[in-house]
Amino acid sequence: MTTQEKRNLIKGLIFISPWIAGFLGFMLYPVVASFYYSLCEYNTLKPALFIGLWNYIDLLTDDIFWKSLWNTVYFALFALPLGQVVAIALAVLLNQRCVGRPIFRAIYFLPSLVPLVALAVIWLWIFNGEYGVLNHFLGWLRLKGPNWLGSTTWSKPALIIASLWTVGGAMIIYLASLQDVPRDLYESAELDGASGWHKFLYITLPLISPIIYFNVIIGVITTLQIFAVPYVMTGGGPARSTLFYTMYLYNNAFSFLRMGYASAMAWIMFVIILGATVIITRVSKSRVYYAGE
Amino acid sequence: MRGIIKFRNWLPVFLLIFFIGCRAQPDRYKNGRLVITYWDKWTGFEAEAMKKVVELFNRSQSRYWVEYLPVSMIERRFLVATAGGDPPDVAGLFTPLVTTYAFYGSLMPLDEYCKKFGITEDNYIPVFWRACNYRGHIYALPTTPTTLALHWNKKLFREAGLDPERPPKTLQELDEMAERLTRRDKNGRIIQMGFLPNEPTWYVTEWGFWFGARLWDGDKKILANEEPNIRAYRWAQSYSKKYGVGAVQNFRGGFGSFSSAQNPFFSGKVAMTLQGVWMYNFIKNYAPDMEWGVAPFPSAVPGLENVTIADCDVLVIPTGARHPDGAFEFIRFVQTQKVMEMLCMGQLKFSPLRQMSEEFLNTHPHPYLKTFIDLAFSPNARFVPQLPIWSQYNDELYNAFDRVWLQLDTPEHALTIVQHKIQKIWNKCYRRLKFMEQHEQKNKRYALWRTLWSPARFDFSV
Repeated sequence: MTTQEKRNLIKGLIFISPWIAGFLGFMLYPVVASFYYSLCEYNTLKPALFIGLWNYIDLLTDDIFWKSLWNTVYFALFALPLGQVVAIALAVLLNQRCVGRPIFRAIYFLPSLVPLVALAVIWLWIFNGEYGVLNHFLGWLRLKGPNWLGSTTWSKPALIIASLWTVGGAMIIYLASLQDVPRDLYESAELDGASGWHKFLYITLPLISPIIYFNVIIGVITTLQIFAVPYVMTGGGPARSTLFYTMYLYNNAFSFLRMGYASAMAWIMFVIILGATVIITRVSKSRVYYAGE
Repeated sequence: MRGIIKFRNWLPVFLLIFFIGCRAQPDRYKNGRLVITYWDKWTGFEAEAMKKVVELFNRSQSRYWVEYLPVSMIERRFLVATAGGDPPDVAGLFTPLVTTYAFYGSLMPLDEYCKKFGITEDNYIPVFWRACNYRGHIYALPTTPTTLALHWNKKLFREAGLDPERPPKTLQELDEMAERLTRRDKNGRIIQMGFLPNEPTWYVTEWGFWFGARLWDGDKKILANEEPNIRAYRWAQSYSKKYGVGAVQNFRGGFGSFSSAQNPFFSGKVAMTLQGVWMYNFIKNYAPDMEWGVAPFPSAVPGLENVTIADCDVLVIPTGARHPDGAFEFIRFVQTQKVMEMLCMGQLKFSPLRQMSEEFLNTHPHPYLKTFIDLAFSPNARFVPQLPIWSQYNDELYNAFDRVWLQLDTPEHALTIVQHKIQKIWNKCYRRLKFMEQHEQKNKRYALWRTLWSPARFDFSV
């Protein structure tokens, strides 16, 4: 490195120093600190006390921890695949040539723009056992809808249904990727007599597979960290049937003043998400098709 | 020109900015008076009443200037600010929080100040003074208090053929009246209920008090599955059994939020409810035509009379507050009878002071104020256990209530689970408490470390 280059480097660093300071102070430091605190008995009001792995060991015997983890995994196992299928289906539909296409696209994307808390309140009334519009529609089918949020059996399915409200974001990404699929592939498939379903299965899906991979990873991260909607809608009830991982973490940190314990939970969640991402990457390696390769 | 972009020319500027950023906040003065920062949770007319008190204080003397800042979710903000070492000088909390924060040493004991200014137990209604004490020290002084009582809808009583002027005297009578007050439509759906143990849901973990339960023995032992508490849960469960879990849950689904005209008590869906002194204000705003009455909530045990839960808003000085003298000057000002009555009148509550002036009692708009005051003086006025782990205990009790209410568990079993779990947590906490008492002066970190590692941590038997 010449002197000039060194100078440039230093100047460059100084110019981006606000970002570096922000990153160090508001990202890196909290992350490192939370790891340290996860090894401490820490309630924020007293100095942290190093206790080794006890928080992690205590978590293993904490039945609410397991319950909240189970609730979260249950939610993710259904909400994630369902969300992706619905998003792809909507994207394919909105990719058809029809009258008023931009309007339909706007309509289906719009719910994603509703603030989460407002959304939660709307769904609270949709799921109402007595006056809820969902049970009203089920009544047309001669079905008697349950009291969704008042029963331990139906509260999680209700939240899974509500999560579909926000597929708009994933849908838009799929829509953009669908438009990248070369038309001539479809044309040659048509010449070979492929049906619509076959075209979708053998042309569309492989060509948007990198996008599916991306959306699934993002989906894993967001569904495992679900917080705002159930926090407003159920507060974890009834009988902890919708107490999700992050809600229990939040309670530990701010209601029970167990910041060290909560930090340990955060790190376990990090490991789970990391593990899920690695597995998905491994599994999808041979199935994701990049046109450039 | 080139020098402008040279790093070393800019270095002093960067350093200057850095050190300005790091400089501790200095004392602030307003018109030559030391500014005392005061955070409280109130909004609306309750905040207005407090602001008037603050104004009066600022006019009354020339040394301090109190700055009132309304703060939402005060317990969180207070926690973060205190932990960060930059707390307000005075803060308004609630009594259950006093225990937790005092336990962790984030509140300044006020004993010295109280002694200096002659503020003693005799000035207060006993239950509020007790609630401000923790392990022999006073950590807070009251502002506006409340007690809980039965509120009933006289019109619905009349419609059901009951004497609208006669509230239930025993819990059994309440159950019978509730049955007569419950109505269904032609499809069998519930459209009105006499009483619901979880409307509102705020006190479901404390019904035991009306059965003589204690929840905690005051020392080592948690009493979650004590017989009276089990009976309380069984009583609550009898409601969802009698009227049907599904039917009741559906009925509850139609309730609007508390502070709205769709509140089930205001809209006539529930005829009797347990509420505090504030209810008058909400009835005035959302159901002004309602005919209602207030009486002590009947207890389940003969001879156990005038049971209530007392709760109180309080003023505290956080540890690390920079102007405790000025802060206490303000707190002391609020504790004088005239000012306290002005504040409590403004917030439509009664005064926590033992002495209440004739004028205050006669001009107070609340029609049933006397009932609430009598309840506060009752020897059976209770408050939540002074356990630093109460929020966790309460969370477990709440979950047990849910399970029992939904008929997923028996009261005995659900409460025994709570008992074991919370006793284990309390054992750990208790050891630390004892340790802190022994080593109050010297902070022996090593020994504390050892208590955490002690073999007792492996003790799951309880």
